[in-house]
Amino acid sequence: MAKSELMRTSLYAGGTSPIKMIQAGFYNEDCLVYDLEDSVSAGEKDAARFLVYNAVKYQRPENKYILIRVNGIYSEYLDEDLEAAVRAQPDAIRIPKVEYAEEVKRIDKRMTEIERKAGLPVGQIQIWCNIESYQGVLNAREIATASPRVAAMALGAEDFTASMTAQRTKPGWEIFYARNAVLMACREAGISAQDAVFSDINDSEGLQTDLQMTRTLGFDGKTCVHPRQIDTVNACFTPSQKEIRNAQRVLEALEEAAKNHTGVCTLDGGMVDKPMELRARCTLAKAEAAGIKMGGQTK
Amino acid sequence: MIVNSLGRELPEKIGDYIVRPYMGPATTPALTAPVVTRRTAGHRVPGDIKLKASLKDAVIASGLKDGMTISFHHCFREGDRVIGQVLTVIRELGIKSLRFAPSAVVNIKNPSIVDFVRDGTIDRIEASGIRGQLGDAVLDGEMEKPVILRTHGARPRAIEAGELQIDVAFIGASAADDYGNCTGQIGPNACGSMGYSFVDAHNAGCVIVITDNLVEYPCIPVSISQQYVDFVVKVDTIGDPAKIGAGAARLTKNPRDLMIAERTVDLIAASRRFKEGFSFQTGAGAISIASTKYLADRMRERGVKASFALGGVPAAIIDMYDEGLVRVVECSQSFDAVAAQAIFSRPGVLEIDNADYANAYSKGGFLNREDFGVLGALEVDTDFNVNILTGSSGEMMGGLGGGPDVAGGAQISIVTLPVVRGRTPSIVKKVFTLCTPGETIAAVVTEAGIALNPKHKNYQELREDLEQTSLKLITIQELQHLAESMTGVPKPIETTGKVACIVEYRDGTVIDVIREVKK
Repeated sequence: MAKSELMRTSLYAGGTSPIKMIQAGFYNEDCLVYDLEDSVSAGEKDAARFLVYNAVKYQRPENKYILIRVNGIYSEYLDEDLEAAVRAQPDAIRIPKVEYAEEVKRIDKRMTEIERKAGLPVGQIQIWCNIESYQGVLNAREIATASPRVAAMALGAEDFTASMTAQRTKPGWEIFYARNAVLMACREAGISAQDAVFSDINDSEGLQTDLQMTRTLGFDGKTCVHPRQIDTVNACFTPSQKEIRNAQRVLEALEEAAKNHTGVCTLDGGMVDKPMELRARCTLAKAEAAGIKMGGQTK
Repeated sequence: MIVNSLGRELPEKIGDYIVRPYMGPATTPALTAPVVTRRTAGHRVPGDIKLKASLKDAVIASGLKDGMTISFHHCFREGDRVIGQVLTVIRELGIKSLRFAPSAVVNIKNPSIVDFVRDGTIDRIEASGIRGQLGDAVLDGEMEKPVILRTHGARPRAIEAGELQIDVAFIGASAADDYGNCTGQIGPNACGSMGYSFVDAHNAGCVIVITDNLVEYPCIPVSISQQYVDFVVKVDTIGDPAKIGAGAARLTKNPRDLMIAERTVDLIAASRRFKEGFSFQTGAGAISIASTKYLADRMRERGVKASFALGGVPAAIIDMYDEGLVRVVECSQSFDAVAAQAIFSRPGVLEIDNADYANAYSKGGFLNREDFGVLGALEVDTDFNVNILTGSSGEMMGGLGGGPDVAGGAQISIVTLPVVRGRTPSIVKKVFTLCTPGETIAAVVTEAGIALNPKHKNYQELREDLEQTSLKLITIQELQHLAESMTGVPKPIETTGKVACIVEYRDGTVIDVIREVKK
């Protein structure tokens, strides 16, 4: 299974449109989510399941992290969705509206059963949990560690604000706590933190502003509602040349200090401390994963 | 049967037409014989009146008879109301078996060209392309004689070589005076450049200017001079301005097309030829308009200005001129109202003769000085051969336009297209109709990557330049496999042995034929 280390962007492709599903493979998103849930009407669930299974099994785009979003945990479709999704062997299954750790454990168990029955390696398919209610946010820490399969959590802002009877606004203060709570739970569990979508596809300035918050808080990626958002979101999570150079200088200064057995390392008159080193290494790792050519990098 | 250098099997003779097989993009020598023309000297004296009371009077005065050749330009595009009016008058006069030789057949309705084919007014067609109802009728075998399809550059060559001699040229003009000075740049039905009409005006036996906007003598500006014009007719209308100006696509929001356009400009910007004074043409399709926008962005970023932009011109190019990004805009055609008016209002936006744009057999040719040409296509095959005429069921979808000319002239010719359209692959093993030889295509840009043509004259240079970038290079065979893996292999289109269309290359040799599709 080809897996990308990058999870900057994930794009949904509706499970009923072969053209959109094919086309989605050519955009620059890191993660491609074939959807069986919201974009598929009740009458088309069977057809979509069949189509998505075949797309993932036989038309899988290279160098992308492939997910299948199944229907809700308590929906009548989930069993059949899991049966098809596990056998298609995506990188992960994306579960909507997760509220309790127990739900994840149940799904993990069911996936294991299907894997065994189908003679597939057990535990290889990961789980992404969509956190879309106040209950999910409150239980985020338990959900993040409910199964070793859980690789990411993603905040669903629209449903979350509805559950809070809050207004959804572009500045996004109504989801500020939820963003932090999900993010901290992800950090604690060592999994990827995915931010909520920015829904207005015609507002590129609004997306930029929203991304400033996303990146400042520390998210690893964001779900895109339209291919037009992908390059902007990727750019937000890709270190700039200036950031890369700064990171390289930090590591060079530390190397120099170690060589000279200097106890305190300084750069441009300021002290280089452990958090600075961590940030520098993280920046360079992201740049490398994004395929950016870096000259004179300290290893 | 004979086989041309691209492997296409051709009959040696199609009716009276002797097939000269295509043998390479630059193998046919220049004509040494004098240029052939039907233009007569004429003799006008003070007091002569050229203005005719009606189209009927003008047609009678022209001496048009059965079996002769008539021509039109296609600058009014789908908004053309000249062709229908003229053919209706000709039918009323009982003139039959004409050779219809417009610069391109526009898809007019009420009346449709097919009506005049069916009633025998027209029995031969020579144009850039046929589509819609007429295309269907031709492929269904409704015309006995095959249609000859020529590129924009090949048409003036054929006229000057005597292969297409025009008896009467009907030239629609959005403004004209009563002595024949005329233009497309002003008036309610302005179409801008009348680039396709020059060769007709210069070489037809009789030239009739048709306008709905008779202006005071002398008409200014003037595109076609009075010295070439025999008669002038004023009619109620020559076109529908809404459709005349609808030639260029708006900036697309389709993310796939935007991605291809961006990659195209990445390729251009990576080339060593992208430097101060470079030249280009991008065209008017959805990907082309987006490419123009991205190109302007990249020129601003890099501080590079172009010496000239060429060909069919949309508003996006005029914006670049206004911004100082392009020094001269050479318009063989204007695709929208902004571009149409720009020639009159901007000193560096020029109307050019289509022959000077694209004819490989003249002493000029702007294309010979062009760096980058961006082209659309319906299909490309693994030899980089391009089909711009026929669709997935063999139906006529477009015209040759200037595509093969641009590919033959530009230093870097770039074909842009998606890997698949709907359920049909665009990159195939063998194109159904070969219009542009693969050896003249430098690169194919798709959403799945860029394929460079190892057989193109500038391959080494382009490869070296692109290897300095992170642009995704892919072979044309990989693109073809990818397309086929998504769509499967389409069932081959079955044809009869009868040739419905002859596709001529720039030099008049036959690059392919289109046979009737089996029902």
